[in-house]
Amino acid sequence: MAPPPTVAVLGAGHVGPVIARLAVSAGYPVAVAGRGDPADIELVAELIMPGARPQWAADAVADAGIVVLAIPLHRFAEVDPGLLSGKLVVDAMNYWPASDGAIDAFEQGASSEIVAGRLAGAAVIKALNHIGYHELEDRARPPGAPDRRAAGVAGDDPAAVAAIAGMIDRLGYDPVRLANLRAGRVLQPGGPVFGAVLSRAEFELAVREEARSLA
Amino acid sequence: MTYTFGLDTFGDRNDDDAGVPLSHAQTIRNVVEEGVLAEQVGLDFFGIGEHHTDFFPMPAGDVVLAAIAARTQKIRLGSAVTVLSSDDPVRVFQRYSTLNAISGGRAEVILGRGSSTESFPLFGYDLADYEELFEEKSALFAELLKGGPVTWAGKTRAPLLNQDVVPHTESGPFPAWIGVGGNPESVVRAARLGFSLMLAIIGGRPARFAAYSQLFRRALDKLGRPALPVGVHSPGHVAATDEQAKAEFWPRWRDLVTLVADERGFAIPTEESFDWDTGPDGSLYVGSPETVARKIAANLRVLQATRFDLKYGMPGLTHDQLMTNIELYGTQVVPRVRELTG
Repeated sequence: MAPPPTVAVLGAGHVGPVIARLAVSAGYPVAVAGRGDPADIELVAELIMPGARPQWAADAVADAGIVVLAIPLHRFAEVDPGLLSGKLVVDAMNYWPASDGAIDAFEQGASSEIVAGRLAGAAVIKALNHIGYHELEDRARPPGAPDRRAAGVAGDDPAAVAAIAGMIDRLGYDPVRLANLRAGRVLQPGGPVFGAVLSRAEFELAVREEARSLA
Repeated sequence: MTYTFGLDTFGDRNDDDAGVPLSHAQTIRNVVEEGVLAEQVGLDFFGIGEHHTDFFPMPAGDVVLAAIAARTQKIRLGSAVTVLSSDDPVRVFQRYSTLNAISGGRAEVILGRGSSTESFPLFGYDLADYEELFEEKSALFAELLKGGPVTWAGKTRAPLLNQDVVPHTESGPFPAWIGVGGNPESVVRAARLGFSLMLAIIGGRPARFAAYSQLFRRALDKLGRPALPVGVHSPGHVAATDEQAKAEFWPRWRDLVTLVADERGFAIPTEESFDWDTGPDGSLYVGSPETVARKIAANLRVLQATRFDLKYGMPGLTHDQLMTNIELYGTQVVPRVRELTG
């Protein structure tokens, strides 16, 4: 089996460290980048996500096979699209006007589609956005566990979707693939599976109709 | 180890016995009585969190704290939290320094970035700016607390040039904390600015915050600063039995979380999730005095914390239920926690 690719987590706030810890314990080499100098998050990395290497964002991304966007969506505009060109990118961000402020472009219901539009040249997958960061670690289970939970994976590039579905499985969730990035809107806040604790069968049932009409 | 115990309220709007909501004004008068009772039952701290909604009509908690100060002698009084990002640090300092004067040196503040965000549009701030607002304003507040003339310039308010800000405190800075909800960068900021750390734990396993407590200590150490206390703020409700406490709290908790779930990204609570949250691994302190005391003692140990503030009440509970909660917390829970941790 090929060694797992390096995961670069962009964001060292609420969500980033949780994903970094999950990835470290699943055996991935993990790099993490905050807003600037890696020295600023050295202590945070050492104590909150042991095993993850703090780096400048550009360095973390350059060496990574998978990049996870775990920053507040209103800071996405600060991300240089050139940096992510050619990369496999997981969009774990959510549009949350009540806590992050309204952003006009995101008011029409699309979220990851807009991210993908700006990151032309990257394969953008929506995943890891719909399980609360309080719960993401506690709910992770090995394959076959009776109480394993489902997690959605949405994207337009089938190979990229397959790769991230594999990662989701390793992190401890049953991946449920959606038809495309647009169908991934069912994973957003207010949608049928956002924050819900569901088995694969329950998850598939909950998203079936809406995902079909979106796709 | 010296532990201190407090109560926090958001001015949760009371119902009467028939389930009819009381007026905002009556709810506020009830909070004054609750603060006075908190002292009578021997508690160390009473805190009021800033909110601006119909179910938490509590935008000016410092005024309410001043009324409690006038009727008490020993209990410490503070915000829990002050939404500093949408306030003026100079005014916050002045209000709490005034409270400190009225109360004979019993004021504290807990500064928060504000997970309730209704104050931003109300006062004309953009939520997208909250990080910069909090960073700048908490740094200015740290300067103001030192007590000397302040010189400061930034983007979020008018500059200060060798400005004497009154009223002066009589004996140095009053205690100031930063409330942190799960962002490790905020923990490091608290250490950098010399604030104590209040962990706001309202969901998931409290034990996962142990790393934050450690991070805070290590960051202080690295900065060459003296050790500072770590506290825990969590919601709960105490009644005579586990069954009664859960029966009183559950429908109120369910309704509130359901109401804010969409904008806060919370899952809608179920009876199953509530059982987990109120069980030994969850972060709700709901139950009999013994149940709640055991959970507090266990988590103070795990989190290496020396202060526990129970956020009591929930919109729709009655004033009588809250008074019973406060009485049981002060007379049974806290003595039992001291016994368990002693």
